[in-house]
Amino acid sequence: MDALSTVEGRAIPFGAKNVDTDIIIPAEWLKTITREGLGEGAFQSVRAEPGNVFDDPAYQGAPILIAGDNFGCGSSREHAAWAILDLGIRAIVAPSYSDIFSGNAVKNGILPVVLPQEAIDRLMEVANEGHEINVDLETQTVTTPFQDRYSFDIDPFRKHCLLHGLDEVALTLERQAAIGEFEQSRAGARDWLTKGTAI
Amino acid sequence: MASKPRTLYEKIWDDHVVETRDDGTAIIYIDRHLVHEVTSPQAFEALRLAGRPVRRPELTLAVPDHNLPTTKRRDARGNKVPIADPQSAAQLEALEKNAPDFGIRYIGDADAQQGIVHVVGPEQGFSLPGTTIVCGDSHTASHGGLGALAFGIGTSEVEHVLATQTLLLQRSNSMEVRVEGELAPGVTAKDLIMHIIGVIGAAGGSGYVIEYRGPVFEHMSVEQRLTVCNMSIEAGARAGLIAPDETVFDYLRGKPMAPKGADWDEAVAYWRTLHTDPGAQFDKSVVIDAANVQPSVTWGTSPEDVVAIGANVPSPESFADESKRAAARKSLDYMGLTPGTRMTDIPVENIFIGSCTNSRIEDLRAAASVLKGRKKADNVRWAIVVPGSGLVKQQAEEEGLDRIFLDAGFEWREPGCSACLGMNPDKVPPGERCASTSNRNFVGRQGPGARTHLLSPAMAAAAAVKGHLADVRELS
Repeated sequence: MDALSTVEGRAIPFGAKNVDTDIIIPAEWLKTITREGLGEGAFQSVRAEPGNVFDDPAYQGAPILIAGDNFGCGSSREHAAWAILDLGIRAIVAPSYSDIFSGNAVKNGILPVVLPQEAIDRLMEVANEGHEINVDLETQTVTTPFQDRYSFDIDPFRKHCLLHGLDEVALTLERQAAIGEFEQSRAGARDWLTKGTAI
Repeated sequence: MASKPRTLYEKIWDDHVVETRDDGTAIIYIDRHLVHEVTSPQAFEALRLAGRPVRRPELTLAVPDHNLPTTKRRDARGNKVPIADPQSAAQLEALEKNAPDFGIRYIGDADAQQGIVHVVGPEQGFSLPGTTIVCGDSHTASHGGLGALAFGIGTSEVEHVLATQTLLLQRSNSMEVRVEGELAPGVTAKDLIMHIIGVIGAAGGSGYVIEYRGPVFEHMSVEQRLTVCNMSIEAGARAGLIAPDETVFDYLRGKPMAPKGADWDEAVAYWRTLHTDPGAQFDKSVVIDAANVQPSVTWGTSPEDVVAIGANVPSPESFADESKRAAARKSLDYMGLTPGTRMTDIPVENIFIGSCTNSRIEDLRAAASVLKGRKKADNVRWAIVVPGSGLVKQQAEEEGLDRIFLDAGFEWREPGCSACLGMNPDKVPPGERCASTSNRNFVGRQGPGARTHLLSPAMAAAAAVKGHLADVRELS
């Protein structure tokens, strides 16, 4: 994944709560065997409504999405993160996310920023007026051209991975010896655990 | 020295920590990995590109379920019936090829053991108490009904598990959902979990692993426990747990992949230690009075939009905060419902009995007992039963349940995820309603414009007979 330090630009003032992964990308689009091209199906039911923010020319190519509580709830489909990335979005700002979605986002170089609802309300105003927003991962702040400045928390490991564009699989493979030791430590006492699955 | 009392979740977590990084992220060992066709092709492809093997192929089990049509899969001569949708066919072929390429056990589309991964895992004894179980599917939470720490993962994590047999995780908070008292007659596990979601909300469990506690759960069969834990994700919790007990051990004894002989005794001795210690602290506790639980049904487009069957469609103005009012207005508009309408006055044109929530033998028995000697109402256009696995289907046929469903005007299908998520051809047409035993009533979930009412198998059967949502207790 691509490293990420700052995301600056217009923000899509979506704001909806409990946006589930079926809204982000309907099941029909899950038949693909690649990660590409899912932006076309992103937010399909929302985009069926005239005047929706996703098709508003003012927000074309906007790298930030503003959403409500519990964004990405529902299924574990990583297609939701791939679809959002395919729209060119690299940061989402919302009061909360589903656990699985936020993990999927980070693994694809999308920063899920958590801010309180009051901050979201203000950022929605700024975005609705077409002003740009700056999200800085290094300093963990979101700023606007109007002196608004919000700090956010992020798990240090996630921050590290995002800043350096790290591949978690490669990272864990460096710890193969420890994994092997763990497996050895369970041999004997827990042999029953793996006998039934032996091929 | 007495060790600190721990919750069941803490015990399973502690037992799987390979190591913990300074920042608190842990490498957690994964005992069991279920793979299906939809969320795995990109993971296998990534392994191929990086030249990485699967670390422990025998700990992964691959089964197609989401995309498979639920119509006949073999013709009279035993040849594969072609799948009309080329994309679905390609995805299924990818799994059929990836599994043997990487040395993974594969249950094929026409094998008797094929079914929904979350039905197959327990049924085969692949899922065991105290294990960590993952799958690229959020309803992996189901396996918590056996006392396993089971949760859904994304495709990058599928790749991570295949390559390393571990995941990088932060420990979740723990929540106790304690249900006091017993359920009234006619009230099922599905009604209870829907009620619980209504109480704690669709995001109420975010960041938590839920442990369900109380006599209600102790008295439940394994299948009912799987139903409860299955929908933990609908409350935002990645996993739900019920402490394993004799009911679970009896269920697993003799299952194909479960421990045998002396191994079985060792396993059970260990499993008996898997319970929350007296005095262990949960980060959050929710207490539910079982007496308040009625046969339940959803009215909106979030699983938290749930009411008792005797209630009316709520008015958006009845909700405390403006965002909830706005969401309710939108939901009602999508659902084509007017506040104040009695839930039992809502007609349904489609009935779906199936999904990883409610497609096991007890679910089919419950629906069949309502349908026996009855027929679906004329306004019910489409009614299907999709067993959770080939073995469930066989069992049901041995008991004659298929005849009851067919006589009542239902279609009797091959196993799979089917109309739960509208990936295969089983979809609900735009604007039509479906009384569905599945787990999600999201906008467009069962097909674009489809309107879903979630309920239990017995309630789905009652709706089929009446042609509208109905209280099953009034039929028996």
